[in-house]
Amino acid sequence: MRKAVPVKERMKTPRQPMPSRSPEERNKDFFEVNQGLDAEAAVQEARRCLDCANPSCVLGCPVCIDIPSFIKLIEKGDFAASVRKIKETNSLPAICGRVCPQETQCEEVCNLKKAAGSPVAIGNLERFVSDIERAEGPAFIPEIPASTGKKAAIIGGGPAGLTVAGELAKKGHEVTVFEALHVAGGVLVYGIPEFRLPKETLKAEVEYLEKLGVEFRMNVVVGKTVGLDDLRAAGYEAFFIGSGAGLPNFMKIPGENLVGVYSANEYLTRVNLMKAYDFPNYDTPVFLGKRAAVIGGGNVAMDSVRTAQRLGAEKSMIIYRRSRTEMPARVEEVHHAEEEGIEFHFLTTPIRYIGDEQGRVRAMECQRMGLGEPDASGRRRPVPIEGSEYTEEVDLVVVAIGQSPNPLISQAMPELKMGKWGNVEVDWATMATNIPGVYAGGDIIRGGATVILAMGDARIAAAEMDKYLRG
Amino acid sequence: MAKIIQRIRLAPNIHLLEVHAPDVSRKSEAGQFLIVMPDERGERIPLTIADWDKEKGTVTAVFLIVGTSTQKLSLLKAGDDIPVFVGPLGKASEIADYGTVVCAGGCFGIAAIHPIARALKAKGNRVITLIDVKSPYLLFWEDKLRKVSDAFHLSTRDGAVDNPNTVANDLAGLLEKEKDVARVFAIGCTQMMATCAEATRPLGIRTMVSLNPIMVDGTGMCGACRVTVGETTKFACVDGPEFNGHSVDWAELFARRKSYFNDEIRSLCAWEQEIYS
Repeated sequence: MRKAVPVKERMKTPRQPMPSRSPEERNKDFFEVNQGLDAEAAVQEARRCLDCANPSCVLGCPVCIDIPSFIKLIEKGDFAASVRKIKETNSLPAICGRVCPQETQCEEVCNLKKAAGSPVAIGNLERFVSDIERAEGPAFIPEIPASTGKKAAIIGGGPAGLTVAGELAKKGHEVTVFEALHVAGGVLVYGIPEFRLPKETLKAEVEYLEKLGVEFRMNVVVGKTVGLDDLRAAGYEAFFIGSGAGLPNFMKIPGENLVGVYSANEYLTRVNLMKAYDFPNYDTPVFLGKRAAVIGGGNVAMDSVRTAQRLGAEKSMIIYRRSRTEMPARVEEVHHAEEEGIEFHFLTTPIRYIGDEQGRVRAMECQRMGLGEPDASGRRRPVPIEGSEYTEEVDLVVVAIGQSPNPLISQAMPELKMGKWGNVEVDWATMATNIPGVYAGGDIIRGGATVILAMGDARIAAAEMDKYLRG
Repeated sequence: MAKIIQRIRLAPNIHLLEVHAPDVSRKSEAGQFLIVMPDERGERIPLTIADWDKEKGTVTAVFLIVGTSTQKLSLLKAGDDIPVFVGPLGKASEIADYGTVVCAGGCFGIAAIHPIARALKAKGNRVITLIDVKSPYLLFWEDKLRKVSDAFHLSTRDGAVDNPNTVANDLAGLLEKEKDVARVFAIGCTQMMATCAEATRPLGIRTMVSLNPIMVDGTGMCGACRVTVGETTKFACVDGPEFNGHSVDWAELFARRKSYFNDEIRSLCAWEQEIYS
């Protein structure tokens, strides 16, 4: 391959753009924004890969996908083999290809970026092969070894839990996923909107796990419906806690409990999981703000503000206390939001919400911020500017300033060692907690992080759980 | 999926739902609640657990028809499957031997107060039950409540019995006679619980109320159910549902509960049009 197309030519090929629907059309519906590469563009993009002697992209990937190999298979036109290559280490490529922050991971360290300015579109290629596989019929099911007769319980059906489930099933263990909600997927189903990750895509990935033999038990809250003891009594020997960061943070400012002030979790759950965008066809309502403000600068904030826009807001604003440079959201999402007409109010923070006689939010008082010295996160600390207060009329506010670990697990397992932020403490080399046989990963140990970091934790945990189960 | 054992009408607007859910039944304690969804398009709604039978593996809830999802629940029959039936959620009531306690119930809370009264009785308390209905035909479970109570009082607002009064006035009157009431538990509509809390405030009797804010997931994830209790924000689903009624910001709770009033009417109209057309 390296010989077929000279490196110079590879470097000259421009990055293939991701086709997307026009902003004016897509900001009124919930259909997917990105349309995916076609086969020709994908092969062309794959041809840009330099097939480096020392591929740094793999090191940039939290689940260590053999990126050069899967890309070379695309270049050869063997898409089926390519997706199988990815699935050796990642059971959810259609999801990662859509929601991973590639620009800060694999693509960040791609040698082509250093050499020619723009990296190989690794994420777009990952999405391409997984979509092709899904379009062409049932997914390839790897051969599962004979059952070990060992049972593992996965607490939480989000990205971490699904990953552990897939890995352990492939090793021949009996795996059950316990999920509190009525649909599997965790943040992938309640948090990430369909315009970024269609439900059908997620459904196909869950069905793939079912074909691997994973059992799903929905509507079961571990710690409430069943305890660890019950699960042990039922024969489960190894446990993975992937219960996520399900406790929304608030700023504790006046008026935050006014009607019309949502946490991002509630807002997105109503719209995504409960399909409030199709109210009254679905029973769950959601406020359709005319002037919507979303507080925060991460991906969840982008998802919320673009949702508000799609639900008919005339003015949809991001209120972020630092500047554009410090915003944690993916570059692509910020770019899409801007195209769709979202306003960005940087260096601004709300200090109180003002309600009407019915207790509904009608305005918010904001304060301008300056940037001081870098804080522990390495980002410059926002400093309030005295006397800069102003009032902005709003009828919908979504607070998207992060989440803390869900407290149910720690309430239910008092012996579990917890960190000071309510997170479960683990040995980072093995993801083991202080209780033998109990492992944890994802947002329950990290606080709010990303899908792919959760999956990275999950892979480590799965390998250790496999060893543990085999004794 | 959980199988419905029975669904019966207790009062014109109040229904009982008994469901086979052995896991939920095994763990149920007084004061906890369920999240229920009547069908795939329904809302996730919280219902207080009114009773359970660990041997049969069943759980009973009693609900008031408010919006479309409760309307749909009221049409389910024995043998039907209910797609979402999650629990038991929330913290259990603090049950101890307090001495003399008053359990006040109104509306669907007549049933919801039952397991608390039963647990208090089992712990050795002298249980005085106080039930508030608009009219006698809205009363149900009198036998069940009498069985777990040392004294039973009924007040009806239409004057049909000789005690035309509100539960709050009754409670105040009762507390004048009963000097040694150590704790009050009140479950019913928000208004009923707020007035009970006001009735006991001057006497300083700790009054536990089971709050009923709007919920979505019921496990602490969404924050829809936040209530202000003593200056701090609490999530009713994981910190409650029971709180000290004297510390609750009732005005905020009233406003938040009314959030979707117009939407509920719209939803019901749309649904009725769909099923009757």
